[in-house]
Amino acid sequence: MSTIAELFAARRAQAKKALIVYLTANYPDPQTCRQLVLELAEAGVDLFEIGLPFSDPMADGPVIQASSTAALAAGVTTDSVLELVSDLRRAVKQPLAVMTYYNPVLQAGLESFAERLAAAGGDALLVPDLPMEESYELDAICREKQLDLIRFLAPTTTPERMMNICDGATGFIYCVAHAGVTGSSQPVKNEGPMIVAAAQKITKTPLAIGFGISGPEAAAQAAAQADAVIVGSAVLEKLKCEGVAGTMRFVASIRQAMDKGVGA
Amino acid sequence: MKNRGRYGKFGGQYVPETVMPALAELTAAYEAALASESFQRELKEYLEEYAGRPTRLYEAKRLSAHYGRARIFLKREDLLHTGAHKINNAIGQALLALRMGKKRIVAETGAGQHGVACATVCALFGLECRVYMGEEDMARQALNVFRMRLLGAEVVGVTSGTKTLKDATNEALRYWVANIRDTHYIIGSAVGPHPYPAIVRDFQSVIGLETMEQAAEKIGRLDYLVACVGGGSNAIGLFHPFRNRPEVKKIGVEAAGLGVDTEQHAATLTKGRAGVLHGALSMLLQDKDGQVLPAHSISAGLDYPGVGPEHAHFRESGIVQYAAVTDAQALQALSLLSRTEGILPALESSHALAYLEELMPNTRPGEVVVVCLSGRGDKDVPSVIETMGGMN
Repeated sequence: MSTIAELFAARRAQAKKALIVYLTANYPDPQTCRQLVLELAEAGVDLFEIGLPFSDPMADGPVIQASSTAALAAGVTTDSVLELVSDLRRAVKQPLAVMTYYNPVLQAGLESFAERLAAAGGDALLVPDLPMEESYELDAICREKQLDLIRFLAPTTTPERMMNICDGATGFIYCVAHAGVTGSSQPVKNEGPMIVAAAQKITKTPLAIGFGISGPEAAAQAAAQADAVIVGSAVLEKLKCEGVAGTMRFVASIRQAMDKGVGA
Repeated sequence: MKNRGRYGKFGGQYVPETVMPALAELTAAYEAALASESFQRELKEYLEEYAGRPTRLYEAKRLSAHYGRARIFLKREDLLHTGAHKINNAIGQALLALRMGKKRIVAETGAGQHGVACATVCALFGLECRVYMGEEDMARQALNVFRMRLLGAEVVGVTSGTKTLKDATNEALRYWVANIRDTHYIIGSAVGPHPYPAIVRDFQSVIGLETMEQAAEKIGRLDYLVACVGGGSNAIGLFHPFRNRPEVKKIGVEAAGLGVDTEQHAATLTKGRAGVLHGALSMLLQDKDGQVLPAHSISAGLDYPGVGPEHAHFRESGIVQYAAVTDAQALQALSLLSRTEGILPALESSHALAYLEELMPNTRPGEVVVVCLSGRGDKDVPSVIETMGGMN
């Protein structure tokens, strides 16, 4: 059983939902990023998505665009992100995933990237611009290295596509809560629960809702349906405006809302 | 259309899951349109009656005399309504959008010619129009910004990244993802995920098909085809119908900016490596980690670090040769055509014209060179003044 599968099994046994937090690697600086992960690991975050920034992040809204641009300008490279994963692996027990776009993986070499990520102690890889049809080669390589290549379901996904995407999915399935980019500024209709309801009928792979989870209320709502909730832009925005302390308060409020909403 | 639009190893569909069903819908609508007589008839009618096709294949006798070798003909896409070849694709895709029941168009634009073409067809067909344009390009192409607004389009300035075509494309894609159910994205060049490169190529192939017919009728021979390449839509439109005719040599001309040995150029095929940007695997200007590098060209329409996947394939398979000319060479060519023929070419097309300096000495009298004059240069006058200075 993979680390991620174990995590979800444990959470299910506790009747709790998993909280996944996305952070852009070494943003705003390596020390702060590392410190934040260590503190969040003690505050109920179950899995970390570490963003390897890309110059042209097609699926990301303004917050992650800005953190990506800042990280790249500060000299973050593929090597330094893999070093960060390796460093965090020694410091926290939670599963670690790398989220990036296809080109950085392609340029590193699919085989080489997967091997280095696995060697660094990474558990999963998320590539939002790699739809299932283009993913067979990387998927096979990831399986061989015991990495989960996370698949995506969107509000526009047709039932036939959903069958194919769920078939053989490992780790968790990322349910994109609204048609759009990450971190929407205005409230949008959360279509995540509908996707989860449909997908639950055909797969046992854990389902996570992400995109536009702006705070405790949205997180609790998503947690009521899904196995996990993914928060990214909202956390990075807090980090930028209120530093580590403000981010910790914010994530604690999300964790609390998820637990209360589900347990009570 | 099988294999998700591969040209050799290039092409593909590297987009978020949200977009995949829309690409499937577009592919189906496009295949149906290709087979539909009524669609083809309607397209032909708008191209002829509204846009002004067929365009002339004009013999540039004074320019030919300047070189004293082969005869030079200009494929006059600059004479089309809105002043560039972009209208061919905009009409075709707007008709597709109508068939799909979409009510809104989103587009990116570099020089503004594609934006103007989209704003124009949206006015014509009563569609909403939203155009993303880099702020740097808005400054150097102010005339086209006003034209789009006059035509009723909303022009949105893009401040991210290099503030040029690449970033405008990112924003247009993001808007499309968020409005995918009722919006059609009219991509302006032969780039993007499948089926876009094929759709744009097919709508622009009218350039090459007419050239083939006109050359056969009027001239009786054809030796060279020359076109500029940014994303490469006018070039693929000219070259594609001749892809199986190796006796007609085809040369795509990229923007070398300040020189291909500097970091300030847009010569993707000359200096790039295979990589994924904007939904397709093609050649790309990038660093060792796969981060996309900023391009540079005096021509906003060529200022793009990627290129259409079919061009990458044509280069690899030797079907087309690619060269690059600098900003300064393009400006000289613009000036030369203006003074010898009384035709002010767009800076983009001036790159194709500039290649004549290299090509013509190797041609023989009696041979025939066709240059695609993809657009007119009125829009470029402010940046030409800025670079060349005043009227001297």
